[in-house]
Amino acid sequence: MDDLYREIIIEHYKNPGYKGHLEPHDYAFEDSNPLCGDHIEITLRVGADGKVAEAAFDGHGCAISQASADLLIESIIGQPLEDVKQLNKQHILDLLGIDLGPVRLKCALLSLKVLKAGLYGMGEAPDSLVE
Amino acid sequence: MPINPQQVRAQFPTLQREVRPGIPLTYLDSTATSQKPLAVLQAMDDYYRHSNANIHRGVHTLAEEATALYEDARAKIARFIHAPSARQVIFTRNTTESINLVAYTWARANLQAGDLVILTEMEHHSNLVPWHILQAERGIRLEFIPVTENGTLDLEAYRALLQQSPKLVSFTHMSNVLGSITPAAEMIGLAHQAGARVLLDGAQSVPHFPTDVQALDVDFLAFSAHKMCGPTGIGVLYGKADLLEAMPPFLGGGDMIKEVKLRSFRANSIPHKFEAGTPAIAEAIGFGAACDFLTSIGMDAVAAHEHEITAYALERLEEIPGLAVFGRENPHRGGVAAFTLQGIHPHDVAQILDSDGIAVRAGHHCAQPLHEKFGIPATTRASFYLYSTKEEVDKLVDGIYKVKTYFG
Repeated sequence: MDDLYREIIIEHYKNPGYKGHLEPHDYAFEDSNPLCGDHIEITLRVGADGKVAEAAFDGHGCAISQASADLLIESIIGQPLEDVKQLNKQHILDLLGIDLGPVRLKCALLSLKVLKAGLYGMGEAPDSLVE
Repeated sequence: MPINPQQVRAQFPTLQREVRPGIPLTYLDSTATSQKPLAVLQAMDDYYRHSNANIHRGVHTLAEEATALYEDARAKIARFIHAPSARQVIFTRNTTESINLVAYTWARANLQAGDLVILTEMEHHSNLVPWHILQAERGIRLEFIPVTENGTLDLEAYRALLQQSPKLVSFTHMSNVLGSITPAAEMIGLAHQAGARVLLDGAQSVPHFPTDVQALDVDFLAFSAHKMCGPTGIGVLYGKADLLEAMPPFLGGGDMIKEVKLRSFRANSIPHKFEAGTPAIAEAIGFGAACDFLTSIGMDAVAAHEHEITAYALERLEEIPGLAVFGRENPHRGGVAAFTLQGIHPHDVAQILDSDGIAVRAGHHCAQPLHEKFGIPATTRASFYLYSTKEEVDKLVDGIYKVKTYFG
């Protein structure tokens, strides 16, 4: 339990560094986890160099989903868009530094699903995007 | 006789286990599914060990035994709900399938475009989506009895809706989120006066207090075994005999026929007309054993025990700063306490409680519209059954204080 709610998760949940909504933005996407009603919106600006210049997330949900979103945004700023498109489940698990069961994994991966679906211009965010 | 929880608990193997070494299970999720007593496990095991055979057509000894056990289970369930006859008890997979059976057969034979079906705002998705599908397919109209702030149904609004000559009223006897027990007998009487049929979702009521379908005068009642000490994979649709006889069959196949020609068939009589293919035989037998088990304890005693535990739980939960119980003001409630904890998501609550072996539910509990109405995306739900104890409530409260320290 102390693992699962490592200080870093509680900290990013309570004091997120990247919560908000960018206007204007180059990409925006949002989706929900129907299981628990978690909701994430991500907005993103890309620089002339094709790298993520700025990004933010908004929404509500459990500590795992919100901390994952904050950590994810932090990790992609300054990264080439093409690299961001390749991110998968392991990236989130590395950021969180913990193992998750199948139910909580959905919470953790919601932000990455939203981000990738937005970058690929997809209408909805299928689970297969982040496997 | 009042329930002795320790004697009851001794009959449930899962309640003896530890979730992790040194951490016993505190099971507060019976509204999702109940645990199973030895008598049910034994009945199913005995069937597979001694009498396993397909039912109804075989003439050999095992087939005769299996058929007798299966039909005996039906009779036990009929007695449990005070049905006039066992043939009015149709086996399905679960409450959801029972509701769908009515939607796909009775409703498609009796409802036309523009016909009104009345539901409520506190329905489980299983009593919403079948009607959404029918609305899209047939153009029926749906209206909803509002839920008031205190978790009861607005009966004045219901009376007004009944003026619009509905064909069907379909509602839950007990909300799986609010725990509200609806005044079913009164509502059924009003529906009948307005010329409507009534389908009652008994998924949460039949397991928790006595049910008498004749006293209720209900047209259809849907419920599941797994929430009442029985196995998963089996449920029941009870119906009035004349309605069931007039309804077209549901699924086609073996067992539901009297005779089949290459280009036609004649449907079997009830209940078999609605039971196509080899049914869940062991599960039906387990369901019968669950009824025997609950009857031996007494449904009045079950209800009284849950009432006592729930009253204690509500009192203790309310001590906790920042905790709000959903539908707290309603005195007519079953053993359910869904709550929010200020600033902490239900998933996090449930996860931290699990570290102490406490099993609760987090989410919208398949009642998304109800949560939306109250502007709450999700709740944490603790629910109680005949084996729940005050000590378990105390553990829950201690656990919630622990959650609060994590989120400080």
